[in-house]
Amino acid sequence: MAEQRATNRGPGRLLIAIYILFAIAATSRAGLQIATKFDEAPVAYLLSAVAALIYIVAAVGLARAGHTGRRVALACCSVELVGVVAVGILSIADKELFPDETVWSDFGSGYGYVPLVLPMLGLFWLWRTRRAPA
Amino acid sequence: MTSAAAAGSPVDGLLATASIVLSLVIAVWALVAALRHRAPDRLQFVGLAVLELTLLALAVVALVALGGGERPGEPGAFFGYLVTLVCLPPLAWVLARMEPTRWGSAIVCAVCLVTPVVVVRLQQTWEVLGG
Repeated sequence: MAEQRATNRGPGRLLIAIYILFAIAATSRAGLQIATKFDEAPVAYLLSAVAALIYIVAAVGLARAGHTGRRVALACCSVELVGVVAVGILSIADKELFPDETVWSDFGSGYGYVPLVLPMLGLFWLWRTRRAPA
Repeated sequence: MTSAAAAGSPVDGLLATASIVLSLVIAVWALVAALRHRAPDRLQFVGLAVLELTLLALAVVALVALGGGERPGEPGAFFGYLVTLVCLPPLAWVLARMEPTRWGSAIVCAVCLVTPVVVVRLQQTWEVLGG
């Protein structure tokens, strides 16, 4: 009855493309940091890994569409938004905590603030597609 | 070109510049298509193919330099960026094929805006400190 619009069509596909790009960026960064210099800033590098995982799961959630996909994407985008804001504030307030850059440091300024905007777009898209087109 | 051969970076030359310019041209073209509600046209796909060939040539030049004993400043990151770079146009191609609407053009535009950034990061990871 309450059919929902697919999240993996149209603008959704663009969103998925950007999520894939960030999944690649965050995964490579985290992988390299953890493999080569984990002891320097474990908190920052583990955070990069968590961010990478969230980008991957969010992309899969959006791509799978359906009820479960939507719920997964909703959870990921929410955690992502809270994460980027929290880390943004913390990285400015306490430089010691994040001695090395992460994807979410300074609200994602190293990535053109896309990490801050992306979860908002994701949530907006999920809200827009909550019902089938009339 | 010749004087830079000894100390120059293999990823900082005509090929790199060409790939950056080409990528930006495709991005603008795709943006115009997206704004005009047009699906990705043949020119976008041809552009992506030429871009891929340019990037593969760049990768070969880099690998030849590595074979010749030259080393990037940050080897791990350099290889990461190199692998990512050659995967970008195919990613745009596949997703744009799946989405034959204006949003397909938007995907091509987005990926072609990211590509030049990765080329520049690739150059930075070759040189690093005082390189």
